[in-house]
Amino acid sequence: MADRIRLRVGRYRPEMESELVYQEYEVSFDKEWVVLDGLNYIKDRIDGTLSYRWSCRMGVCGSCGMTVNGEPKLTCATFLSDYAPGPVTVTPLRNFPVIRDLVVDLGDFMRKLVRVKPWIVREVERPLADGEYLQTPDELDEYKQFSMCINCMLCYAACPIYGLDPKFIGPAAIALAQRYNLDNRDEGAEERMEVLSEHEGIWGCTFVGECTKVCPKHVDPAGAIQRYKLDAALASIKSYFMPRGV
Amino acid sequence: MIKRHPEPLLWMLFSAGGVVSALLLPILVLLFGLAFPLGWIAPPSHDHLRAVVGHPLSRLVVFGLVVLSLFHWAHRFRHTLYDGLQIKHLNELVAILCYGSALAVSAVAAVLLWWPDAIR
Amino acid sequence: MLPTDIGSHATPHAYTAYHPRWLRQPVSTYWWVQKRSYFAFILRELSCLFVAWFVVYLLTLVRAINEGEAAYQSFLTFSARTSVLLLNLVGFLFIVYHAVTFFDAAPQALVVHVGRKRLPSGLVGAAHYLGWMVVSTVVAWVLLGAR
Repeated sequence: MADRIRLRVGRYRPEMESELVYQEYEVSFDKEWVVLDGLNYIKDRIDGTLSYRWSCRMGVCGSCGMTVNGEPKLTCATFLSDYAPGPVTVTPLRNFPVIRDLVVDLGDFMRKLVRVKPWIVREVERPLADGEYLQTPDELDEYKQFSMCINCMLCYAACPIYGLDPKFIGPAAIALAQRYNLDNRDEGAEERMEVLSEHEGIWGCTFVGECTKVCPKHVDPAGAIQRYKLDAALASIKSYFMPRGV
Repeated sequence: MIKRHPEPLLWMLFSAGGVVSALLLPILVLLFGLAFPLGWIAPPSHDHLRAVVGHPLSRLVVFGLVVLSLFHWAHRFRHTLYDGLQIKHLNELVAILCYGSALAVSAVAAVLLWWPDAIR
Repeated sequence: MLPTDIGSHATPHAYTAYHPRWLRQPVSTYWWVQKRSYFAFILRELSCLFVAWFVVYLLTLVRAINEGEAAYQSFLTFSARTSVLLLNLVGFLFIVYHAVTFFDAAPQALVVHVGRKRLPSGLVGAAHYLGWMVVSTVVAWVLLGAR
């Protein structure tokens, strides 16, 4: 038994218009259908010109983030039946420049991510012959939550600070830095602190908390940031008294 | 080297002020702002209050409450003006006004608590 | 027909021969009324105004205490004025909101380890509320203790 629901989709075609334009499509759907299924239905059967990103359709790749009825959502994890009878408004993810239709440019985040060095930093690499780094379950739990980030950017779309000041490094970048800072195999905390303790690093955050609310993987970036603020503040005060380093 | 800017220290003052104001202000306001004026509880005698305020420990507590709460206000209000009203071009002026008034009122508080005869 | 001037707002199209213009949607000055959670956030931030007001209010009280019995009575009369009562009532609600949001946020910011185990976040939150009750009781007892 198929219901019908209207999708009000934001289109942006730079060769035709210079602003967001809404186009409505009526879609048949089953109760298990998600918004992404609706978009695929549109592209397959109604309007092949609609552009959008998607991949795994199961909430692990982070590609299908869009704004659904004003909220940043993974369209593969958002059920159409929750919005019945509709219409459902689907627009591009906020706070990022729109390239076309529902496709946004994530270059700003990509550049910021590299700056926080999201990899294990070692002063001296252990030789392969020494074997793997052993880690207890407790040591894993220290950072595991922050490792769940799928870079879907819903947190950046939800963060009003990032919207107002794109120089802000943003929730996911800080959470991912913390994932490595709290990993006991890593020795790069000091290097990351130089980047994070800039004015538009962690200090841009005013703990609105929206990032944690919208995160589909329960990473809690707001928590990561506030925890890091204390560490960074103490380190900063230490550096006043011991300017040449500890 | 960590770039030097005052944000970390100001944030610590803001946090401490948030905790102290959250712990102490509600009961003080409940009593002196509502309960006593509305007559729910009889206000304490002037003698008793003078003794309380005169105690060196209370003076320290009150001063700590005042300074930290004012810096809590200054930091939060400054950021709200920056984000809410987006007056970024006045950023430095706003910062000076906010932290400056926090310092000024803190100085007044110090005088009131330890040199009360200076303001009569 | 392709415009050659990509900077002009008068051109109807945003497409250039080699790179389409990206759409940048500005954030409204009233972003904070557009969503309930944003509005709640701004209210929380504005509670700091009442924190500052009550600091001034309490300093006025301290001054009145310093000045003597008459000044203290006059402060009590002032505090009973309708306008002051209304302000203090609204202010009281705001600072309670500040306290509640601060203590509810504390477990996110404060991860406490005992040995190698993490304290459950509920415990951290409960400790803050307990501390709040204890401090309030002590303050009330000191102020109301002897008449």
